Amino acid sequence: MADTIFDKSRPTRRAAAQRVESRATEKFVPEQFQRLSPPMLPEVSELQAVRHFTNLARRNFSIDTHFYPLGSCTMKYNPRGAHRAAMQDGFLNRHPLTPTSHSQGVLSCLYELQEILQNVTGTAQVCLTPMAGAQGELTGALMIKAYHADNNDHERLEIIVPTAAHGTNPATASMAGLIAKEVEVNADGDVDLESLKRVVGPKTAGVMLTNPSTCAVFERRIQAISDIVHDAGGLLYYDGANLNAILGRARPGDMQFDVLHLNLHKTFATPHGGGGPGAGPVGANELLAPYLPTPMVIKSESGYRWLDQAERPKSIGRLSSFMGNVGILLRAYAYSLMLGGNGMCDVSDYATLNANYLMRRLSDAGFHPAYPVRRATHEFAISLRQEAKETGVTAMDFAKRLLDYGFHAPTTYFPLLIPECFLIEPTETETKEELDAFADAMIAILKEAQQDPEFVKQAPHEQSVGRLDEVQAVRQLDVTAH
Amino acid sequence: MPDFPSDLHYSQTHEWVRVEGNRATVGISDYAQTQLGDVVYVELPEVGAHVEFGGEVAVVESVKAASDIYAPVTGEVVDANDELDSAPETVNADPYGDGWFFIIEMTNDELPSDLLTAEGYEAHCQAEGE
Amino acid sequence: MPFIPHTHADKESMLDTLGIASIDDLFDEIPKEIQCEGLPDVPDGISEMAMLSHMAKRARDDSAGICFLGAGCYDHYIPSAVWDIASRGEFLTAYTPYQAEASQGTLQLVYEFQTMLASLTSMDVANASVYDGASALAEAILMAVRVNRKSKSRRVLVPASLHPFYLATVRSIVTHQDINVELMALEDGLSAISDSVLNDAIAVVVQQPNFFGLLEDVDALTTRAHDAGALVIGVVNPMTLALLKPPGDWGDTGADIVCGDGQPLGIPMASGGPSFGFLCTRMAHVRQLPGRIAGRTQDKTGNWGFVLTLQAREQHIRRAKATSNICTNQGLLVTAATIYMTLLGPQGLNEVASACVRNTHRLAERLTELPNVSMRFDAPYFHECVLDFEESTDAIQHRLLNSGILGGYPLTGLIEKGDQAMLICATETRTDRDIESYYRALSDG
Repeated sequence: MADTIFDKSRPTRRAAAQRVESRATEKFVPEQFQRLSPPMLPEVSELQAVRHFTNLARRNFSIDTHFYPLGSCTMKYNPRGAHRAAMQDGFLNRHPLTPTSHSQGVLSCLYELQEILQNVTGTAQVCLTPMAGAQGELTGALMIKAYHADNNDHERLEIIVPTAAHGTNPATASMAGLIAKEVEVNADGDVDLESLKRVVGPKTAGVMLTNPSTCAVFERRIQAISDIVHDAGGLLYYDGANLNAILGRARPGDMQFDVLHLNLHKTFATPHGGGGPGAGPVGANELLAPYLPTPMVIKSESGYRWLDQAERPKSIGRLSSFMGNVGILLRAYAYSLMLGGNGMCDVSDYATLNANYLMRRLSDAGFHPAYPVRRATHEFAISLRQEAKETGVTAMDFAKRLLDYGFHAPTTYFPLLIPECFLIEPTETETKEELDAFADAMIAILKEAQQDPEFVKQAPHEQSVGRLDEVQAVRQLDVTAH
Repeated sequence: MPDFPSDLHYSQTHEWVRVEGNRATVGISDYAQTQLGDVVYVELPEVGAHVEFGGEVAVVESVKAASDIYAPVTGEVVDANDELDSAPETVNADPYGDGWFFIIEMTNDELPSDLLTAEGYEAHCQAEGE
Repeated sequence: MPFIPHTHADKESMLDTLGIASIDDLFDEIPKEIQCEGLPDVPDGISEMAMLSHMAKRARDDSAGICFLGAGCYDHYIPSAVWDIASRGEFLTAYTPYQAEASQGTLQLVYEFQTMLASLTSMDVANASVYDGASALAEAILMAVRVNRKSKSRRVLVPASLHPFYLATVRSIVTHQDINVELMALEDGLSAISDSVLNDAIAVVVQQPNFFGLLEDVDALTTRAHDAGALVIGVVNPMTLALLKPPGDWGDTGADIVCGDGQPLGIPMASGGPSFGFLCTRMAHVRQLPGRIAGRTQDKTGNWGFVLTLQAREQHIRRAKATSNICTNQGLLVTAATIYMTLLGPQGLNEVASACVRNTHRLAERLTELPNVSMRFDAPYFHECVLDFEESTDAIQHRLLNSGILGGYPLTGLIEKGDQAMLICATETRTDRDIESYYRALSDG
């Protein structure tokens, strides 16, 4: 049994070096406001704490320790230099409400990052505050809604998303008070234009697209889609989840997208931190820029300063306690400086080369790409349906067995419309040797599945725990140790 | 092989209906519970709610999916199976018996024409599986 | 190509396998008209050494002096081990723990975090965090609307003393679901609710301590709100809960939903982010709680382990009907906070809170010895309070900055005569000498 930190706790034990000189507070906090019994926090020594969490760390797969080809998540190397740059005392100790006179360092970094992202996306203005891709999406949806409301176009409340879209897209639409409508995807992975024409109309607020799409192919008829949507009075939203594929090759602004978000934790290599923090800056063309959230940074004669609500009357407003995830923005800025415009073009080149190479290796070994006639982008989907039918070993079983081979599993069962799907994204920072080793592991597991399917179905065998019972986790809900 | 009792009516969205007088007991079919896998939660309608044929009235969850349950008849919800709160696995174990979801007192005596017989529903499931 | 490992030979061999002459061929599905010729307007790349030298200069530009600013972000001491361990690659560079068996470190840590937060707030269950305090409150309000189906009003009452940025964030997010955010009356800096205002409200937001640092009569507010059929959403600073009555124990049956910002728990101020927001609730409402939740379960041989549970609430399964569109938690910050709470323990956190209370009271008492400085409010306060001055606080703030003192948050536009009022704070990191420096800088002016 994995001991929790609470199992190691003993009354009155403590990390004594962390003491703070304590003085009586009775006279400051009247009795009626006081806590009666102390919270049940662990009582352990400093070494016990350090050892416990260090050992927990060792039970994680991570980019630093394993190949992590999680499709649509862009698990590339997170440069230590960028981390170190953001962890400097001057940045860490800056209070968010420090007057701008004493904030020119961080403001200048943020301003320059805004400019870099405008260039990268081909947009007129960028706002950095959204704290994750999902909040960036919400920002974009609210901006679209605000734009139509400004034009007294109050009937436009439908957001169209492809059937293959990530679940966040429709969830965002609901959160923005809009209604998600779906448009069909063709057998080749592109949006079905006839279906799109049927679904757009006077109620269309906008269309949310990812390009390359969630099917991991480039949406070739993006210009036709743009015309159909704009002609119907709708706007076009770009979900930047897959920007790594086209960095320096094509810009969403040039594809006539009106508003977009980026995932800096994907394309700009900021650490995922076990599930966050992210950063989801939003860019917009001239039409939608006035609706961007606050605050933003501008450069004036007297230096850099915040642009707030009073100066942006059409803004959809504030979305965070202060200024979003500045620490993440600084890492992305540092990464951009090291890469430069030329380095960014290399990113998409080699991310695409790696994905196409791995797809070829797997298809040569008999696996089935979901879209065999299409190029891979920075990622690709394979369907293990036939393997599952023949051996009973599912994509989930393959995923669990890959862990034993020392690889984090690709994204499984997404996009939903591809049966027994693996979405594989190697990223540009992996070597050819690593890709070959992954392909070899897939081939070895397929052989295991044919010879001893039960063994693969029971995987993983070499992790700290075996396959965990997710049904029990819900039926016998146990979410705190006390 | 899933079971398709012949005394029940079925909807295309996999609910079954047992009619006794003007009361219709509703659950999900054996085929549906197999497809869904282990049921971990059922969100039931409030007693007293008015429901329309085809409207969303309940939700059934497995670990990896949440599926809407649609009203197979029009009327008022007069009872809901609270036992499922603590024992959602009953839906898997006994879908046509203790695993029922709710009872609707029907506004009309006539059943909606969209409902299928056991035979028709079995064919519908076969087509869907292909 | 700073982080790309391919040798020339690698590239040639890969192109060969693909049967193409150049990488350009891989982009032939992108229509020519929308392709761009590189990124000429983005400057060329530089080395790590050059980047760090540039960023070090920028970081140095931002030193403002001794911090007496609070207002939602606090200058606490962070034990060395916190970020040493949180910065380990296995925590820093892991993704969402979807493959549970390869993510036991993160999952167990989140489970321990949930336990600590639930205990601090005296609630049944906590989620794995959301973005920050302001967005946590917006999520708490949306959650209250889903939980309280009896109320038909769509009105949520919030304190007029709520942090202005929290209020703005809440308005940006929740008004799109036709929810009316109404301000309660403010009497001497404290929330006042009348029965007529309470009538059929969905929820009442109670902040303790409030934005002005004052201690609200949370017991009375909670009981009255419950009597009127409204839910109570507590907004709290987790550090203060070492001393203050936890929201789960407020009034008759305690708060129903509790949220706040976790920054005081080992997170650097870092210009306000990243931090994390937390959300706690009663078990009865757990299915309406947004965000990730870790749960304990077993493998086939009976070993205990941890997974993400109740996932059917979330966007990747429930899509348009999800409890929220949120996909991430602030995992790295939760990691730091969990290590922080472990290193401090109940005694350590109590000492930090006590020192904050004591230092702020000492600061306020010292500064109000000056003839032109006075306390705005009479009510008991925790580790922040409002001082009135006889001149513009913008001017005072700049004078203090010249003496290396970051003096507080001017309340211009936020309360009556706010342009001559300032919110001040002294955490456990402020010494008596710091307080004397503030006093001298102010009296010299």
